[in-house]
Amino acid sequence: MRTISRLSRFNIASLALGLAFLYLPILILVIYSFNASRLVTVWGGWSLRWYHEFFADRAMIEASWMSLRVAVASATIATLLGTLAAVALSRGERFRGRTLFSGMLYAPLVMPEVITGLSLLLLFVALNAERGFWTVTIAHTTLTMCFVAVVVQSRLGSLDRSLEEAAMDLGCAPVRAFLSVTLPLIAPAIVAGWMLAFTLSLDDLVIASFTTGPGSATLPIRIYSEVRLGVKPEINAICTLVIALIAVVIIIASVASKLSSSQGESAAPL
Amino acid sequence: MSARRIFARPARFAAIAPYVWMVLFFLVPFGFVLKISLSQTAIAQPPYEPVFDLTAGWTAIRAAFAALSIDNFRLLASDDIYVFAYLRSLTVAVTATALLLLIGYPIAYGMARLPKRWQAVAMVLVIVPFWTSFLIRIYAWINILQHDGLLNQILLALHLVSQPVVWLSTDTAMYIGIVYSYLPFMILPLYATLAKMEPALEEAASDLGAPPGAVFWLVTFPLSLPGVGAGVLLCFIPIVGEFVIPDLLAGSNSLMIGQTLWLEFFTNKDWPVASAAAIALLVMLLLPLLFYERLQRRQLEEQ
Repeated sequence: MRTISRLSRFNIASLALGLAFLYLPILILVIYSFNASRLVTVWGGWSLRWYHEFFADRAMIEASWMSLRVAVASATIATLLGTLAAVALSRGERFRGRTLFSGMLYAPLVMPEVITGLSLLLLFVALNAERGFWTVTIAHTTLTMCFVAVVVQSRLGSLDRSLEEAAMDLGCAPVRAFLSVTLPLIAPAIVAGWMLAFTLSLDDLVIASFTTGPGSATLPIRIYSEVRLGVKPEINAICTLVIALIAVVIIIASVASKLSSSQGESAAPL
Repeated sequence: MSARRIFARPARFAAIAPYVWMVLFFLVPFGFVLKISLSQTAIAQPPYEPVFDLTAGWTAIRAAFAALSIDNFRLLASDDIYVFAYLRSLTVAVTATALLLLIGYPIAYGMARLPKRWQAVAMVLVIVPFWTSFLIRIYAWINILQHDGLLNQILLALHLVSQPVVWLSTDTAMYIGIVYSYLPFMILPLYATLAKMEPALEEAASDLGAPPGAVFWLVTFPLSLPGVGAGVLLCFIPIVGEFVIPDLLAGSNSLMIGQTLWLEFFTNKDWPVASAAAIALLVMLLLPLLFYERLQRRQLEEQ
């Protein structure tokens, strides 16, 4: 009972207001995407008109396809590299250049995107690389692998190390112990890392604007140039579709982590 | 040799691939930014000179080095537009971070006091908006704040105002957008420290006769300072270089440094000045970045 009595009315009010502030704008956006009226602010009844408009808009569809491809490719590479980085940082003990390594991994998490975007573009120009799908993918990988590394590293840090040590005492080689003991236990974090990398890539405007080339705009670049011209109901529909896609991704991620964490608990006493 | 040490050796090899990647795509590019910030604009492809050509021989490279100059930085320091942009970026970041702390703290505090089962739910509810697109969340606010948007409709219906209020293209709109976008980054580190705090400490203080205000300011708040520090850095650093939010929600008469960088690069095609602005922005953020890096490392490596 004590835990409940600790909640004051002020606590409940600030929680309720805070959550309302976070969710109401998105909710309003979703509702208005089903508005039949061309005027964004006048309610003209329910309609799927703006969704039809989106699917007829070739440029938007192409941009969405480009964004999805970049997001899948960069999230996959980033998950691989980020997981390796996390393993090195949390299990590698001390090694030469470790401070530089962790600095390079943590700095992009807060680095203003205009700096990251500009610096990568200048590199691509100096290398004379053709800008498009691959340059954006490389740029997004560089940003998102740091998020993956942090997510996986914090899971590795909270893991009981005696499990993998027991496997090795019983004769497992280190790599084998990692693959058959550690990897299954950190799988939920790896899945969550991939999902996070995917949504971050899908979301990014600034870095993609710098690193893409003519004719290969991503969805945020298209949305941004439309939004600058004013509010259009079609944009509401696109945004709702993106939110729906991300919601599906989150649900899959949480189900996956539930499944493997219950596995993890049953594996733990072994 | 202990199992832990044997395990560490192959684990270190795991660093090679991400290490090479980050050196190539994070560290080396800064060298290019620095070099181009010392170059001059040119009507050429790429639009700056000198261009280092390693095949051109030693004298050509020496000449290229001699052509580098700090003119762009002189321009930044002497032109009011850039000086104001810097000052504005700092003011906006300080104000917005203070607002975020003021709004985020009560929410994080409320979360930490929920029953354990509900804390996990509340945390998911705070994280989910962070997963929805940044641009979409700003766009959602344009919908609400525009001239005949929902906010003005409600205010008019309640007879709180007699004419629609201009919200868009104002600093108010920009601060709403920043607070809205960065709130999860403030709440989560605050919640993490508040949830770890021993409730017995607060109870002891109030059992000894401290009024609730004193309990908060003498016990709770000082103990939550690590979380405050993390939240403040996590918000302050990116807000200083913010581009999208001021561009879409604030007026265009006073720009932040991220906006001038964008403008120089995309509109004026002045890559050297844009690079110089990036270097100057980086210098301004160096200290907070170092603090942040130390905090992050301590948090992840001393579990």
